[in-house]
Amino acid sequence: METVVSIPLSRTGAPMSRRRVLGAYLAEMRSECLRYLRAPGFILPMTLFSTVFYLMFGVLLNHGEASRYLLASYGAFGIMGPGLFGFGVSLAIERDGGLLTLKRALPMPPGAYLLGKMVMAMIAATIVMVLLLLIGVSLAQVVLSWGQVLALLLTGMFGVLPFCALGMFVGTLLKGQGAPGLLNLVYLPMAFLSGLWLPLSMLPRVLQQVAPIWPSYHLNQLTQAAVGLNDGPLLGHVLVLIGFAAVFLLMAARRLRRHG
Amino acid sequence: MPHLRDPIARLDGVVKRYGRLTALDRVELCLRPGELLALLGPNGAGKTTAIGLLLGLIRADAGTVSLFGQDPQQLGARRRIGVMLQNAELPPTLRVGELLRLTASYYPAPRTLAETAELAGVIDLLKRPYAKLSGGQQRRVQFALALCGRPELLFLDEPTVGMDIEARQKLWAAIRQLLSEGCSVLLTTHYLEEAEALADRVCVMSRGRVIHESTVDALRARVALKRIRCISSVDAGVVGSWPSVSDAEQRQGRLHVTTAEAEAVVRRLLNADPQLSELEVQRAGLAEAFTELTRDAEQALPASQREVA
Repeated sequence: METVVSIPLSRTGAPMSRRRVLGAYLAEMRSECLRYLRAPGFILPMTLFSTVFYLMFGVLLNHGEASRYLLASYGAFGIMGPGLFGFGVSLAIERDGGLLTLKRALPMPPGAYLLGKMVMAMIAATIVMVLLLLIGVSLAQVVLSWGQVLALLLTGMFGVLPFCALGMFVGTLLKGQGAPGLLNLVYLPMAFLSGLWLPLSMLPRVLQQVAPIWPSYHLNQLTQAAVGLNDGPLLGHVLVLIGFAAVFLLMAARRLRRHG
Repeated sequence: MPHLRDPIARLDGVVKRYGRLTALDRVELCLRPGELLALLGPNGAGKTTAIGLLLGLIRADAGTVSLFGQDPQQLGARRRIGVMLQNAELPPTLRVGELLRLTASYYPAPRTLAETAELAGVIDLLKRPYAKLSGGQQRRVQFALALCGRPELLFLDEPTVGMDIEARQKLWAAIRQLLSEGCSVLLTTHYLEEAEALADRVCVMSRGRVIHESTVDALRARVALKRIRCISSVDAGVVGSWPSVSDAEQRQGRLHVTTAEAEAVVRRLLNADPQLSELEVQRAGLAEAFTELTRDAEQALPASQREVA
């Protein structure tokens, strides 16, 4: 067992003011956002996936109420991307390249690293939502109230968090360039099985019944409610998403502590 | 009573295993304020493991690890250190100035950006994205990140790998300046001339053990070898068979002899070849001493253990 001997020292380090600790959190967030906003190769696939899909299926092939439905379901699809990829891929690469090791050795405040990535994912999810809204309102002529627009944006901003936790967990499973492949294997089937591409009513009965096990199913219920297509109670869906986020966050944190 | 010479970083009887491999075996290591300790040893000797423990990156299986008298996983202890690791791929799209500001934000009383850039010689790089820098420039930036927090203790893991001679000399000058300001340094290196140029003490590791710890001069004196160089027609193989000659070879038109008894060998050489010219005799550097030490440690091991590595 390791024990720590305390050796009396003539000097102690300068104390860190609360203001400087806060400054460290802000600096970390700023850097995380800057570095990815400057990397189009990272940002574009994440944002274009859902917008291109929506253009094809929501604008060219459908209109009216179908466009409204698809705005919400591709919204949910678009929100998942920045969480899964923004978090998972960058974590896997940084574990591989030694950046995470350096940050753990440096006196970075605990949590600043994760908070920085979370804020980055929230911003990216909001960008995706704004793009989809612009397409929906201008090209597909979906009529939305300001309240509905705001609800959709807020759902995007916070709905990304459970997928950050899932992305983080996947990012702890493997290192480097293998992560995007594995994440796509999670992302695309999960989106399909939750009814984000085709309405669940068009899928086989078995798949409809198991759909609630996917977090994206619950996110879709929230985005549908935001555009006025779901009148059911929402609290259950919110709680499932929170629980899902908590479980994967704990599992990921555990792996990071053990394996780095 | 607290004492000025109390160690600021310490491994005490530390054991670290990875599965069946024992990476560190009851290692004692102690760094005192203001000194530069060089950690030497071949790959796999346990240098990086020792640093990882002192940085709180890994936990020891036995023994105690302390940094400023605290557990290294305490943020308070790490706010007093600067770190340059062997390989760290920093965010490629961030500019050097942004990287420095970010790292400085972790510390209670960091240097100003200008001071850091001046000390590490990166003034001309501040506006450039990290990915656009050459390997040597990236190392300089990593060094700047290590010192930007005004640390009391600097961990430098192979700092000059990939640097040209001029950049290396500049980095040494910067390290000397930090030492003169009272900063302590724990340095690992493959370049023995680096340890010779900078270190107060050296600690030689091999196979997870500390096999030698002393001043640079004491290490060199411990292996009292001398190098003889000359142009001569005497066959290297013949010289190699003389008593007290540990090595002899012809290289680039010159005869190179390593021996503990330079005078006797030179006399014999001159007798054997009156035409001998360009004679030079030098005290062996750290490199020879080091090779000798690790070879001794190797031979002390039973054959079965030698093969495992």
